[in-house]
Amino acid sequence: MSENSNNQHKKHPTPEEEIEAFHKIQNDIDQSITEKSKILAWVNTRLPIISGLENTLRKHPYPKNLSYWWNFGSLAGICLVIQILSGLFLAMHYVPNTKLAFESVEHIMRDVNYGWLIRYIHAVGASMFFIALYAHIIRGLYYGSYKAPREVLWWIGIIIFLLTMATAFMGYVLPWGQMSFWGATVITNLFSAIPVVGESIVQWLWGGYSVDNPTLNRFFILHFLLPFLIVGVVLLHLGALHNTGSNNPSGVAMKSKKDSIPFHPYFTIKDMVGFVAFFLIFGYFLFFYPNALGHPDNYIPANPLVTPAHIVPEWYFLPFYAILRAIPDKLGGVLMMFGAITLLFFLPYLDRSKIRSGAYRPMFQKFFYLFIFNFIFLGWLGKSPAEGWYVIASRFATLYYYGYFLIILPLLPKFEKTLPLPESIDEHYKQSHSKN
Amino acid sequence: MKKYLLTLLLILNYNIAQASSSKVEDETKATYALHPKQLKWEFDGIFGRFDKASIQRGYQIYKEVCSSCHGLKLMAYRNLGDIGFKESEIKQIASEYLVSDGPNDEGEMFERSGLPSDKFVGPYANEQMARSANGGAYPPDLSLIIKARHDGANYVYSLLTGYQDAPDGFELANGKNYNPYFEGRQISMPSPIVDDLQIEYKDGTYATKEQLAIDIVNFLQFVAEPETEHRKKMGVRTMIFLAILLVLLIITKRIIWKKVK
Repeated sequence: MSENSNNQHKKHPTPEEEIEAFHKIQNDIDQSITEKSKILAWVNTRLPIISGLENTLRKHPYPKNLSYWWNFGSLAGICLVIQILSGLFLAMHYVPNTKLAFESVEHIMRDVNYGWLIRYIHAVGASMFFIALYAHIIRGLYYGSYKAPREVLWWIGIIIFLLTMATAFMGYVLPWGQMSFWGATVITNLFSAIPVVGESIVQWLWGGYSVDNPTLNRFFILHFLLPFLIVGVVLLHLGALHNTGSNNPSGVAMKSKKDSIPFHPYFTIKDMVGFVAFFLIFGYFLFFYPNALGHPDNYIPANPLVTPAHIVPEWYFLPFYAILRAIPDKLGGVLMMFGAITLLFFLPYLDRSKIRSGAYRPMFQKFFYLFIFNFIFLGWLGKSPAEGWYVIASRFATLYYYGYFLIILPLLPKFEKTLPLPESIDEHYKQSHSKN
Repeated sequence: MKKYLLTLLLILNYNIAQASSSKVEDETKATYALHPKQLKWEFDGIFGRFDKASIQRGYQIYKEVCSSCHGLKLMAYRNLGDIGFKESEIKQIASEYLVSDGPNDEGEMFERSGLPSDKFVGPYANEQMARSANGGAYPPDLSLIIKARHDGANYVYSLLTGYQDAPDGFELANGKNYNPYFEGRQISMPSPIVDDLQIEYKDGTYATKEQLAIDIVNFLQFVAEPETEHRKKMGVRTMIFLAILLVLLIITKRIIWKKVK
């Protein structure tokens, strides 16, 4: 390890010191809104919601060097809102019954005023939600946003990811097409791999002896319920974020007011730019290729007697699906698949580097980019048939996925030479700003 | 890392070589479906529009040919208004069909002539009847066929124009027809388009086999996604609005962020 990086390590504050320093920083505001309006002042003395918002938007410090990679959190948030609203209107017309579900969806598409628009917003919106989530997670992985003092923030994020995956899976079952039915059959059957009680658990999940009406009914109820649970967990995520403050591209802790700017107007406008850019991509799929991200088989009504040639999940599950199929043993595959996400919980302790941001870790970057490539490759393998060399490649890719977390991240700090960190966020901002 | 990539490449190479050699070997016995012929459709792309004349001709083909075996249960007669049929024409078309309704005040089911609000009357009462009339095969409902197949429009066109004699050595089951665009290449449906001028178009268009296939695809695209045109028009307007808004927001953002030193 170079002397240079050793010196920097000494300068790293403990998580407690970092948070203490952070809590002392506050941006100035000229005049509180409550001073301008008597009505707002009246409300605020009884329910301090006005000063609460003012604190968040104007006094609370945000690192001024945040890049556009920091837009994806609010983007995922807006996606959740879009899904809940569009889903609410769909639920007013949808019928969760195996005999009626498929046609009720087509009724929405054909007879409900702008029903096609609402349903395509919801269907494409699910994919857009996952694009935002994956980008948000990738940003966290690269800039070390999971490291102390943000471990709990990171864990809550993984819980949101898991809940969203469960919600999306159940939502895909509701149109009761071929992929809905067979996807549900394959995924629920995974639980039968659990020794001794597996079969009983699967029957309990189904509410019967196969995926049928009780299954569809409970999936609809849960698909409606879970998003509100996600909203709750998102509030916890924001609560934790508020306490630790945002990480930033330099990974350096906030030390003084100089490092910070208030949320409004700086990040309100920046988030708006992100929203509209994101909506352009959303709109492109929504209006011109609304079915490009889905599977044509789901426009064939579910038929328990006809198995599709290839059962594939939605694109956002494909990397994990590839891991599942890479393992020759059913239980092993299930464990490896769920393990791939469980592993993320341990990430704050697996990555032993004191340097947060990947920007100052050239060796880490190489492994990181390979990890991203490998993950996309896994997704491609998940879409391909589980035969021949695809399976062998899936095993190599699974090995790298696990190796990255279990071997590379823990051992890398012993070998890597890191780049000098900037003194402060302010310095980093000026450095990156003068380049342009 | 290099080793890993190299191994991957090797495996990839080996398998591609294997796959292509085995493909050449039994071309005559191949059962995989060919990639559909690629056509340019009026409804394709960002500015896609419906060719209403073609869709109307397609409806005529459906009525005279397809409907003897295939249903269209998601379409109502009133939907024909969207492709240019007048209300009186729709009433006339609907009234040609018998719809079972009831029970009446005496508790009896009865049959009446169709109304514009009725869904298209299918050729068979149920799947069993359809199968028994078609040698065990079940002609699928065509309401969503374009969306329910990969590259649906090109697929249906290729299937309809792709019938040919089975190559020597290909074992064709009894009552099946050879069509390389169909998975397995053995299809129960005999070629529905047999000849030019098989249909006498009401609008006088010369009905070549290809023209027939194009018209039926245009019609089925309309049936599968009646909102296509509306959706794309709305899309273009929305995208223009968002693009302008994005430019304005970027400018605003730059102005606001100038203050950050």
